[in-house]
Amino acid sequence: MTEDRTPQVPTEEGRSTEPHGSGQPALTPRGTPQSPPVSTRRGDEIHAFPEMAVGEGDVRTVDEDARAVSGTSLWKDAWRRLLRNRLAVFGMVVVILIIVSVIVGPPLIKAATGFQYDTMPGDSKLTQSFPPFSSPDGQFSATHPMGTDSAGRDMLARVLQGGRISLMVAVISTFVSLLIGITWGATAGYLGGKADDVMMRIVDVLYAIPYMMVVIVLLAFFGGRSPLQQIFLLFAALGAVSWLTMARIVRGQIISLKNQEFVLAARATGVSTPKIIFRHLVPNALGPVIVYATLTIPSVMLQEAFLSFLGLGVQAPYASWGSLAQEGIQNIAVFPWQLIFPGVTMALTLFSLNFLGDGLRDALDPQMRKF
Amino acid sequence: MFRFIVRRLIVTVPMVLIVISLTWALIRLAPGNFYEGEKKLPASIEKNIRAKYGLDQPMYVQYGRVMGNILRLDFGNSLRYENETVNDILKRTVPVSAVIGFCAYTLALVVGITFGTLAALKQNSKLDYASMGLAMLGISMPNFVLGPILVLVFSLSLYWLPPARWGGFPSWNILLPVITLSAVYMAYIARLTRAGMLEVLRSDYIRTARAKGLTERQVVMRHALRGGLLPVVSFTGPALAILITGTVVVERIFALPGLGNYFINANLNRDEPLILGIVAFASILVLIFNLLVDIAYGFIDPRIRY
Repeated sequence: MTEDRTPQVPTEEGRSTEPHGSGQPALTPRGTPQSPPVSTRRGDEIHAFPEMAVGEGDVRTVDEDARAVSGTSLWKDAWRRLLRNRLAVFGMVVVILIIVSVIVGPPLIKAATGFQYDTMPGDSKLTQSFPPFSSPDGQFSATHPMGTDSAGRDMLARVLQGGRISLMVAVISTFVSLLIGITWGATAGYLGGKADDVMMRIVDVLYAIPYMMVVIVLLAFFGGRSPLQQIFLLFAALGAVSWLTMARIVRGQIISLKNQEFVLAARATGVSTPKIIFRHLVPNALGPVIVYATLTIPSVMLQEAFLSFLGLGVQAPYASWGSLAQEGIQNIAVFPWQLIFPGVTMALTLFSLNFLGDGLRDALDPQMRKF
Repeated sequence: MFRFIVRRLIVTVPMVLIVISLTWALIRLAPGNFYEGEKKLPASIEKNIRAKYGLDQPMYVQYGRVMGNILRLDFGNSLRYENETVNDILKRTVPVSAVIGFCAYTLALVVGITFGTLAALKQNSKLDYASMGLAMLGISMPNFVLGPILVLVFSLSLYWLPPARWGGFPSWNILLPVITLSAVYMAYIARLTRAGMLEVLRSDYIRTARAKGLTERQVVMRHALRGGLLPVVSFTGPALAILITGTVVVERIFALPGLGNYFINANLNRDEPLILGIVAFASILVLIFNLLVDIAYGFIDPRIRY
């Protein structure tokens, strides 16, 4: 089990090398390492949802370590390592395929069969749910590869259109959470001291509240005015609740960076504090941020689907995978394809995104960068 | 230890109040009212309703009343189920959710820890890859997809299990909801256990234990598991918060009369006392659990002192 670590690789694992009995406990009550976490492994952190999707503690092989030392750039090196991870490549390919098909799919279907996501057939005999690959008279037909929903609308077009909304909500909400998380974490990390204490204590406390309940209240009471407004509300609400772990990660990175010479140089030449944080420190902490953002996307997507499934998220005429599943579950006994296609497409997307995020984490592990 | 608990309570009690205040503010800032339907009410009737529920008083009086209710843990009558107090509804619904949640988490712990440990002990074996692949699937499969698929297979095709509804505690009805709810936790716990165990198995004290000549079984059960399970213990706190969200969906799918189902209905009905009651209950529960987790941490890991 330990063979893959040879003696020349330092075996310190954070916890075991933390200074004991030096007045400070090795770990804070929450199990996080005392700052600065430079010498500790990520596995010691407390996790919010998506980060736990990462297999911490996976062991790097020695030749990877050796390669990192040789002169290649961080990004090129990470890219090569990513390509060697078959599951991550699989994830990347599927994610790209899904993104491409939700973008070009709907117009293609319209050109081929004349169906858009909200096209209802004019003939009243056709406004019912047909199984996949079948025409109204029970013969094989390629018009509706995923069948139709109860109003006779093409499921494939609906699933692809739903994917657009789901992915868009996920990406934009993640972006919102990045903005908040990076600003919060970088400010706390750079300022240090009392400000850091207070800011991170707030994060600790926010971790412990059932925030989804507050989001449900928010959407139930403020939503429903117009479908578009509801989507904007989703961006804000989901972004506002998923920045916590990002803030922690960025803070850890900033603390490990802020005593570097280039920061000292910047400060000596009179660069303002916000500029030091955002121009000098944040770009250098980008690796973990990208990794974590990749993992935030599936988790936000899941939350959006969850809210849409409860009827509080995306509303008609728009559809997301969650709201399609909600429509589907009502007819599960008779028309199972109405649930299975959006559900499985979504599961496949999340699966691939998680693998991609995992692979990126292994490839871009901040530990690899020896400063 | 005692000082630590007191300090935590000083932080967390105001937090519950802040969460409830925020919820209350959201409800109050929202346009519209719970009594308004499609038709506009005559002014005199509206005035009477507002007087009955105290809506004609200034905001700070209403806020004070809500806060007073919460400190006394008495939330008044539900607006929708008018002859029941919120506490009655909680008494009726909490056991349902608690049974489902508790069974699901227990199942997740047993299965997750077992497979996580085995995967760590046999790293890079077929078993490792299989269980970690399944775990990834469990994380990626939304429970509102998994649940209906299970129903489709086990209830509607094989006729083995009832598809929905509550049938009391020891009944076949809870099996499918429990499995649906526990899948995600199983997956997380397996991954956390594996990661924690991999790290611990490399540490010095395990080498010492092996050097003492203990059997592999003793090394794993007595020494490694204790350290390797720390991430799982710290997961229990956040897990509960997520469990509450999970039960909402599962209770919706399986039509269970639990807390989550009532919470969604309360939101759709704009049932302010019930919403506040459930949010307060959930926040208090989560905070207590987090506190317990932190205390348990100290017992499991002797390196942590408060």
